[in-house]
Amino acid sequence: MTDAMIAIENLTRRFGPILAVDDVSFSVGKGDVVGLLGPNGAGKSTAMKMVTGFLPPSNGRARICGIDVQERPVAASARFGYLPEGAPSYPDMTPAGFLTFVAELRGLPARRSVAAAAAKTGLDEVMRQPIDTLSKGYRCRVGLAAALLHDPDVLILDEPTDGLDPNQRYQIRRLIEQMAPDKAIIICTHILEEVEAVCSRAIIIARGRLLADDTPAGLAARSASGRLDEVFRAITLDGRHPGAAEA
Amino acid sequence: MRAAWATFKRELASYFATPVGYVFIIIFLGLSGTLTFHVGDFFRRGQADLQPFFAFHPWLYLLLMPAVSMRLWAEERRSGTIELLLTLPIGLGQAVVAKFLAAWAFSAIALALTVPMWITVGYLGSPDHGVILAGYLGSLLMAGAYLAVGAAVSATTKSQAIAFVLAVAVCFGLTAMGAPAALSLATGRVPPGLIDTLASFSFLAHFDSIARGVIDLRDLVFFGSAIVFFLFVNALVLDLRKAA
Repeated sequence: MTDAMIAIENLTRRFGPILAVDDVSFSVGKGDVVGLLGPNGAGKSTAMKMVTGFLPPSNGRARICGIDVQERPVAASARFGYLPEGAPSYPDMTPAGFLTFVAELRGLPARRSVAAAAAKTGLDEVMRQPIDTLSKGYRCRVGLAAALLHDPDVLILDEPTDGLDPNQRYQIRRLIEQMAPDKAIIICTHILEEVEAVCSRAIIIARGRLLADDTPAGLAARSASGRLDEVFRAITLDGRHPGAAEA
Repeated sequence: MRAAWATFKRELASYFATPVGYVFIIIFLGLSGTLTFHVGDFFRRGQADLQPFFAFHPWLYLLLMPAVSMRLWAEERRSGTIELLLTLPIGLGQAVVAKFLAAWAFSAIALALTVPMWITVGYLGSPDHGVILAGYLGSLLMAGAYLAVGAAVSATTKSQAIAFVLAVAVCFGLTAMGAPAALSLATGRVPPGLIDTLASFSFLAHFDSIARGVIDLRDLVFFGSAIVFFLFVNALVLDLRKAA
């Protein structure tokens, strides 16, 4: 691993009595695509909200390209692109209007950067339709396009393929693969095949704690069958009865 | 600046992207006309001024400005775009000011559309244009103060309805503190010094003196500091409760 573009140290977040993220540390270098895996409610999104500086951590810190996201949030956010969970965007705007807004806010040449991001994410056909009339897959791609506009060094994508059909998923994965060599990317997901398809590293989080950090192949090798889903179950359900957790 | 300008433009355009902005302007113009001409007895007063027009503004704004400000932050919270906006390279303070200015510019547009009223008065008689100009200035400043209250309240919730009702309640308190009825009610129960202090915080008293054509620096400073104070509260609320 080269020098860390995303450095997370002892990140902790409490919501009242609940410990949502518990002392999580890891770093991501250039060329790394890290899959952040975990069951729903594991603390993945909360961790990403802290990495992007949206949520102040109760303890620990996060740095993007060496910039502390709490101390210098504006400088840090110029270096990363973030797709929040659920790909929020302004529903009464069109993708063209929304992406132009983000481009102008970031001080980019709007026309050129919007056209490039729209082409990468396959939005050309829907650029003039209000976002609230678009399908979930398109809305997700609008959010992804907004995160890619400034061609950032660091990409943080919270469930980027949520609601996409298999063809669209394939497209997004290809896009991530193409961008991977010169960026540091974190993808939050609970879809295991996605991790096997695009990630160079998999980090498993459950109940707020980092439980495993390995290559997808290395993780899969931990079970006799060599299947990632079995390892995932074994790690995340550690100490719990699998049947009870599924109910 | 660039980031704030982009946010301001987006926010102002959003008022006109849906029927909300147009409905607001029509209702504002309709109500202010009705109140001035019918309730305010504009014609029978036989005076060429806009006193009856401006006299209703504190009460009109009490209901209408919270409708303009209620979506500012509540809608960002509900749709989750607050997470997007606040992780873009714009400072929290800049975002707060940009969104407030957009709401204020929108209400300025609505207010500017009442200028035909001014023209009418000018046609019918020879009003003191300085007083009318002062009235517009006072009205705009008061609108800004109401909007700053509404924006701060909007930051506390993800429900626009709650933001609206709370803002009306707070604005009512801030306005009515100076109304004669409230003052006489308080007389004898509250120490006189406190009554004077409370009354001096009333939007009504400060607006009335500007609307009469007396542009006192103290009234301008009052509305200016009310706006700054509530925008500060707005930023503080967001900083403390980002995730909620």
